[in-house]
Amino acid sequence: MKVKFPLILCLIMGIIGMIAYYVPHKAVQNFDNELRNTALRIIFAFSLVLGVGSIIRHHWEKIKRKREFWEYSYVTLISLFLTAFIGLFGGIDGKGIIKMAIGKFSFDIQTIYVNMAIPLGATMFSLLAYFMASAAYRAFRARNFEAILLLIAAFIVMLASVPPVARLIPKLPYISEWILDVPNTAAKRGMLFGITLGVLSTSLKILLGIERGWLGGK
Amino acid sequence: MFLFLLFTFIIEPPRNIKAIDNPNDGGNKILVSWELSPTDSILDGYEILRKSEKEKDFCKVGFVGPGRNSFLDENTEDNLNYYYQIAAVKDTIKIFSEISKPAKSYPQWFNKGKLIILLTFFLFSFLILYFIKRAKRVELFIRRIAGLNAVEEAVGRATEMGKPVLFVPGLSGMSDVATIAALNILSEIAKKIAQYDVKLIVPNNDPIVYTVAREIVKEAYTSVGRPDAFNPDSVFYLTDSQFAYAAGVDGIMVRERPATNFFCGYFYAESLILAETGAQTGAIQIAATDSITQLPFFIVACDYTLIGEELYAASAYLSKEPILLGSLKGQDYGKFLIIIILTFLSIISLIFNFIIK
Repeated sequence: MKVKFPLILCLIMGIIGMIAYYVPHKAVQNFDNELRNTALRIIFAFSLVLGVGSIIRHHWEKIKRKREFWEYSYVTLISLFLTAFIGLFGGIDGKGIIKMAIGKFSFDIQTIYVNMAIPLGATMFSLLAYFMASAAYRAFRARNFEAILLLIAAFIVMLASVPPVARLIPKLPYISEWILDVPNTAAKRGMLFGITLGVLSTSLKILLGIERGWLGGK
Repeated sequence: MFLFLLFTFIIEPPRNIKAIDNPNDGGNKILVSWELSPTDSILDGYEILRKSEKEKDFCKVGFVGPGRNSFLDENTEDNLNYYYQIAAVKDTIKIFSEISKPAKSYPQWFNKGKLIILLTFFLFSFLILYFIKRAKRVELFIRRIAGLNAVEEAVGRATEMGKPVLFVPGLSGMSDVATIAALNILSEIAKKIAQYDVKLIVPNNDPIVYTVAREIVKEAYTSVGRPDAFNPDSVFYLTDSQFAYAAGVDGIMVRERPATNFFCGYFYAESLILAETGAQTGAIQIAATDSITQLPFFIVACDYTLIGEELYAASAYLSKEPILLGSLKGQDYGKFLIIIILTFLSIISLIFNFIIK
């Protein structure tokens, strides 16, 4: 029963999902929306509790056993509890049940998000520029025929996007456009066909209970 | 006054007003169409007026510019007769058309526009199921996938070096088939890891994926007879913020120095941040994704990359179960069929273009 129940549930939900795709009737669409929105939100809320529990357990274990870099776990846990406290009692824009402000500076979720989460995210994103340079260096080494082709194609596309070069060689932007529109698009579409068939095959195997990896391979 | 009278005589209303139930929808919509007024070029537009069988007078329900000959009324009551009238508008002058025949909106039970998708679905499903059934009787040849052959080697390397294996299940949720495929791979890899007694690290971006991944790893350890070796702390939830997750995983790579990194599932802009950091730590890296925009980054920074469909083939390939392998054969024949159809249609299109020219 421990295996059969999830398999039956998966089959029923899969069939409902499929029916909802082909049947536009309100009765079906409303039921599907209810499942997607309400039921999924409830599941997400429960799993979020498990997720937060996982963070706390993971870092608490680290601190308890004094594993390498255990000091940083304090930073994580304090940040977690502090943010949760501010969010719960300070509200989104400082209008919560406790007034959390020093003078004009308000300690609310919006302040934390705008002044900490966004700049930190942007910092990580900006690292991409350096990683791209090192990745490009490795990709454009002419080791074999395919790598030489890649190098030539990349060279043309890059040069074509430099305005002075495009003015010097007027045909270059057209060649670049052709590379992007014809061989590049053809390869992408080829991959998409394969991906679609892969998705179909995986979905079928899961719905019919042939593929049980998601159940731990039982 | 003169202009008013002039326009009143010159402007002609649109003709042939038709109102029908909007096809392939859930009801509450009527599609109104008309023949453009012969004086369309001088008009400001068309005013759409509606009257139900319960109402006495027409009221305005929409306005479209000149050149437009249809309007979708999205606010109707199902199974109630509606009459439409279109007014050609120029400044303050309105010239009204004849009234349309009554039309009712009602919900449909099947979207006919998706019939071809349904038929294609049945055709490919038949192919896949046929080969799954055939695989039970006959041993099928499956092409070699280098990246998947390297899995054993990658786990073996981690065992020899006494270092952990890092598995990143992508940044998508459980509703994404790529994530499910990634977790299927995790199941097979976890079995090998349990046999070799290597440390496994699975940081998660989504709480639902975390709970499923945890169960999968636990079951994988149990299935190879080593439930005691499962460390609940090896699968954990990190954060749902994209770059915070990238920073967290990068931190794990730098601190723990895993011997092998697996990046399986759907990835976004963080793919290169993860793969490059992994490459700099000297780990052997295997990536599997169907995210076409991120594939080039993985190809550049990883030792092996499973491209698109290979992500979905991976769990079958690793498990070596004949039934699962049969589905791969079905997929390959499906692709073959698509190639034949596309080639045939391309040739026909070329011939027709040539004849027309």
